[in-house]
Amino acid sequence: MALLEIRNLSVEFATHSGKFRAVDGVDVTVDEGELLAIVGESGSGKSVSMLALMGLLPWTATVTADKMEFDGHDLRKISARARRRIIGKDITMIFQEPMSSLNPAFTIGWQIKETLRKHTDLNRSQRQDRAVELMRQVGIPAPEKRLQAYPHQLSGGMSQRAMIAMALANKPKLLIADEPTTALDVTIQAQILELLTDLQRDAGMALVLITHDMGVVAETVQRVQVQYAGQRVELQEVDGLFENPHHPYTAALLAALPERATEKRLPTIPGVVPGQFDRPHGCLFSPRCRFADARCIAERPRPASADLGYALCHYPLIDGLPTGKETAA
Amino acid sequence: MLSFLTRRLLTFVPTFIGVTLIAFAFIRLLPGDPILLMAGERGVSAERYEQLRAQFGFDKPMWQQYLDYVWGIFHGDLGTSFVTKKPVLTEFMSLFPATVELGLCAIILATIIGIPAGVIAAVNRGKFFDQALMSTALVGYSMPIFWWALLLIIVFSGWLGWTPVSGRMGLMYFINGPTGFMLIDSLLSGQSGAFRSAVTHLILPTIALATIPLAVIARQTRSAMLEVLGDDYVRTARAKGLSPARVNGVHALRNALIPVVTVIGLSVGTLLAGAILTETIFSWPGIGKWMVDSIFRRDYQVVQGGLLLIALVVMVVNLIVDLLYGLINPKIRKG
Repeated sequence: MALLEIRNLSVEFATHSGKFRAVDGVDVTVDEGELLAIVGESGSGKSVSMLALMGLLPWTATVTADKMEFDGHDLRKISARARRRIIGKDITMIFQEPMSSLNPAFTIGWQIKETLRKHTDLNRSQRQDRAVELMRQVGIPAPEKRLQAYPHQLSGGMSQRAMIAMALANKPKLLIADEPTTALDVTIQAQILELLTDLQRDAGMALVLITHDMGVVAETVQRVQVQYAGQRVELQEVDGLFENPHHPYTAALLAALPERATEKRLPTIPGVVPGQFDRPHGCLFSPRCRFADARCIAERPRPASADLGYALCHYPLIDGLPTGKETAA
Repeated sequence: MLSFLTRRLLTFVPTFIGVTLIAFAFIRLLPGDPILLMAGERGVSAERYEQLRAQFGFDKPMWQQYLDYVWGIFHGDLGTSFVTKKPVLTEFMSLFPATVELGLCAIILATIIGIPAGVIAAVNRGKFFDQALMSTALVGYSMPIFWWALLLIIVFSGWLGWTPVSGRMGLMYFINGPTGFMLIDSLLSGQSGAFRSAVTHLILPTIALATIPLAVIARQTRSAMLEVLGDDYVRTARAKGLSPARVNGVHALRNALIPVVTVIGLSVGTLLAGAILTETIFSWPGIGKWMVDSIFRRDYQVVQGGLLLIALVVMVVNLIVDLLYGLINPKIRKG
């Protein structure tokens, strides 16, 4: 059974120059205990869709969805107060910048125990014990001492571990990790990822990993959702995705991985993600796609079938070649 | 922490020298001869004039007068009033509690209204409350205090008759208590109605004196909150499922307080300056009124000593503010 089910989620921001659609009809499904990755460039709406789920977007954002259900709760109809009983308990989130995500004015221990005080009935000494246990669980040495430390006394990796401890405090069913390793040293990145996947396996919680790093995806996750310009362009099991990407964007992303590059010069995807003013009418990827034709520029594609990875493309790729062009032409 | 304190105390030295120089020079630059002024309309013979000049040390060269003055300071001698013949320090000590009482009430009022108002304005940015509050603050900040004080007197004492016009205490009470703070002494005196009288005498001068700091604190709190509300850790706090009151009032406000505390500390200086006007208008027997009276009487020694003492008070308050930073922001603590 799906733990989280989001259908046709859209997020629009009111800006000085009109509305900007950051998320455009995205579906997300997460099963219990599953590890899903959402991949895409900056501006592809990965973080925004998850922040919308958490209710953490600024007031300038308008969120619409056909369905947004978590663990039997309809998050669209729920009151703010009822949502706050789920957020921080059953759904928790960690962020890209661990150093600035912890409040500089309070100790690590205070911040971890605050979430326990909010969501559990533990008394003072039980909260202390639980905090120590959590610190140990995320691999922080000398937990009793570190609980009394202020965030500025911890390194980036330690801060992210503390954030993870805070997120795990109430044994969540779903943890959303929003580019948890982007701001960290390369040597620390692997450690944090391993910690997250270990915890996910041991605790049996679902983990949504938002990343732009295909390398991370290959090593860790089960299913991959590729997003581009606020849309989901492909969804596949990780093996299938790497072997046989069905969307030209996924294929281009994979081709740009140094490990997979065959030519001397690393291939890149020309251009940038469309912004507020240069959004194409047809397929959003068409200006950068090497297979695009007149139909791609004129007509919005629909998702393909499940065995084609729901690719949002007129001509889904099979073994690197577009299909269906003959019939269209 | 200790080295921080020592270094901070060392900065007192140049400031102290500067203040003594200014206090010394300023009063001597003012036109008018104190001895002729003391003599009044009777006049004074040339012989007696020279005698008095020698007695007060005015015949010595300026640098020697200055050194004598600084020498005196270190021996607790800030001079003697020409008018009352009492030591300046004694006069200061007897009047200071009145100013502190008024100043404390004003700063407390400004803080307990200013900070919540600023927080609410920031959280409701751009909405009606925010705009109304910020316009009011602008008016409060730019209003001449003497005019505002007179307006308060006209409305609340004159028309409505709710509060007394001036002074610290009703005439039927005699309070000469141990602390010098009328609110406390009136309670200790046990005279019925004395406390009530002390409170009613305090209300208008407190409002008049609190107006500018209140406006400044509210505006500073608002802008500091706006800066902090977009920070990552505020998002983390919301992601914990905490209520908006806790997110804004604990997580955001705690970090926004640093510039606010600075402003409150600086307000104490403004407050002492503001006290000069407020105390004069309300005949409040404090330092401000004492200084004004002394300036009019060319009471050199009092103005000189008073300026120095006021400067010392401001310096000490700033030191306390610096120490408070460490309490609010753990990053500064190691300093």
